[in-house]
Amino acid sequence: MTDLTELGVAAIRDGVAKGDFTAVEVAEGFNANVAAAQAALNAFIVATPEKALDAAKATDARRAAGQPLGKMGGVPIGMKDLFATRGVQTTAASHILEGFKPEYESTVSQKLWDAGAGMLGKLNLDQFAMGSSNETSYFGNVISPWRRSDGGNAPLAPGGSSGGSSAAVAARLAPAATGTDTGGSIRQPAAFTGIAGIKPTYGRCSRWGIVAFASSLDQAGPMARDVRDCAIMLEAMAGFDPKDATSLNMAVPEWEVGLSGDLTGKKVGIPREYRMDGMDADVAASWDRGIEWLKDAGAEVVDVSLPHTKYALPAYYIIAPAEASSNLARYDGVRYGLRDLPDGANLQEMYAATRADGFGAEVKRRILIGTYVLSAGFYDAYYTQAQKVRTLISQDFKNAFTQCDVVLAPTAPTAAFGLGDMVSDPLAMYLNDVFAVPASLAGLPAMSVPAGLNREGLPLGLQIVGKPFDEQGVLNAGLAIEQRAAFSARPERWW
Amino acid sequence: MSVDTATVAKIASLARIRVTEAEIAAMVPELNGILAWVEQLGEVDVSGVEPMTAVIENHLRLRDDVINADPLTGGGVRDAVLANAPAAEHGFFGVPKVIE
Repeated sequence: MTDLTELGVAAIRDGVAKGDFTAVEVAEGFNANVAAAQAALNAFIVATPEKALDAAKATDARRAAGQPLGKMGGVPIGMKDLFATRGVQTTAASHILEGFKPEYESTVSQKLWDAGAGMLGKLNLDQFAMGSSNETSYFGNVISPWRRSDGGNAPLAPGGSSGGSSAAVAARLAPAATGTDTGGSIRQPAAFTGIAGIKPTYGRCSRWGIVAFASSLDQAGPMARDVRDCAIMLEAMAGFDPKDATSLNMAVPEWEVGLSGDLTGKKVGIPREYRMDGMDADVAASWDRGIEWLKDAGAEVVDVSLPHTKYALPAYYIIAPAEASSNLARYDGVRYGLRDLPDGANLQEMYAATRADGFGAEVKRRILIGTYVLSAGFYDAYYTQAQKVRTLISQDFKNAFTQCDVVLAPTAPTAAFGLGDMVSDPLAMYLNDVFAVPASLAGLPAMSVPAGLNREGLPLGLQIVGKPFDEQGVLNAGLAIEQRAAFSARPERWW
Repeated sequence: MSVDTATVAKIASLARIRVTEAEIAAMVPELNGILAWVEQLGEVDVSGVEPMTAVIENHLRLRDDVINADPLTGGGVRDAVLANAPAAEHGFFGVPKVIE
């Protein structure tokens, strides 16, 4: 029998439906992979093999009874530990939420369970989703399953913040995983690990029950091995939710049915400002190949300008910390999570001690920046200015989309870097999201697909950004690249 | 603009995060590095530009004005609300004494 953990979402769903194998066999296979890799990769904060098995048994029972199995019937997945899961510890990889067991289920995770998926466990991430390397987790670094081809064993970053998700999918610990993307946290880790991931239009997936980082940017999406699997899982995750004030009240398209790699009549924009001085040669070459692939798929390639690109990151590093400082005010040692009450401390001292003990260095750094830029006397100079620049960035895309249907760019300026290489310089780490952040600020659907390996044998991703609500156009351009890149590289198992 | 140790101490106090003097000393250059970098936004001509309020245009909705319109976010769930409290007492959140 084939190793069922080699299968992706579509193959598992179809195989279970046809009776080629049972959902329980699939869950057992992935549960075993999760357990075997935990010590080496640290991709999960909590494993829930019994949840995966229970969901699988339910799917097998429905099949036996002749009932429909759902879009994700029989597919076990990893859940980023930013989604509230009833009765299962939900930490956002922080000490301040250690031991927190929600009394409710997030909308997105509930939709996935309703669609027949099961939970393998809660995936590690950067603390409160703040980071690009998964090195800010209170529960330790996630180690990428990839290694450089030079024979060295230097541990590499799986990307961030959805680093547990990317590592788990790349290492075949899960056929797919949820991610969230605030400024690239689905796309950059997908690119670093040779998998696919899509951030849909802001509002497609409900934010209800997702631990909030920067609410005007946060958006959930799937991470999986290929474009089709992403389309299937996104259908299961998306949809209107009255509990989220910014949820889009729109029908969820049948993205899987609509998949087509034929781009005849489509125009692909190449943003000239993304071709930066000193660009990594392998990244530039990969981008050039992507352009040729999309031409081969029938698309016309046009030069477009996104003139405010260089201001996207600095605007993001005002807006996101500002929103984070507000959102994270809720962690006070009173209602849930950690409480640090020094002897004789009053209420204010308890708040300050709890937050000092419960937040990591990067989270504190962002709360302080956010508090500063929102403080009296500085608000207009920083926050209002950044929100005006955000308007201009959004207008750049609107203008570009009068000339093209999608934009093609690299996902990240580099392949995966080594763990520890960037931690001493927060700014250098922030710059890794230079190509990902503009689409976040504009709320646009964007995906990363694997495009090849660099000279060190590490994956590179290409990013497609689309018009609002045009996930189909993004997925189709992603599929056209996938069909031509024929990316079959995978990390050799060492864990 | 840049921050000094007194400003960082003030921000930390506003953010309710206890910091030691050594931590403040380490944060001053880090925060100044980030602030100097975001300063470049000042170069952008934003005359006549409205600050963004909604990235995707949407209408704020009103739900029906009824109690427990959605049981998930409704009332009557005291024990669930208190289930994760570090010091729940007598059906309330317990806190240090705030009135002398």
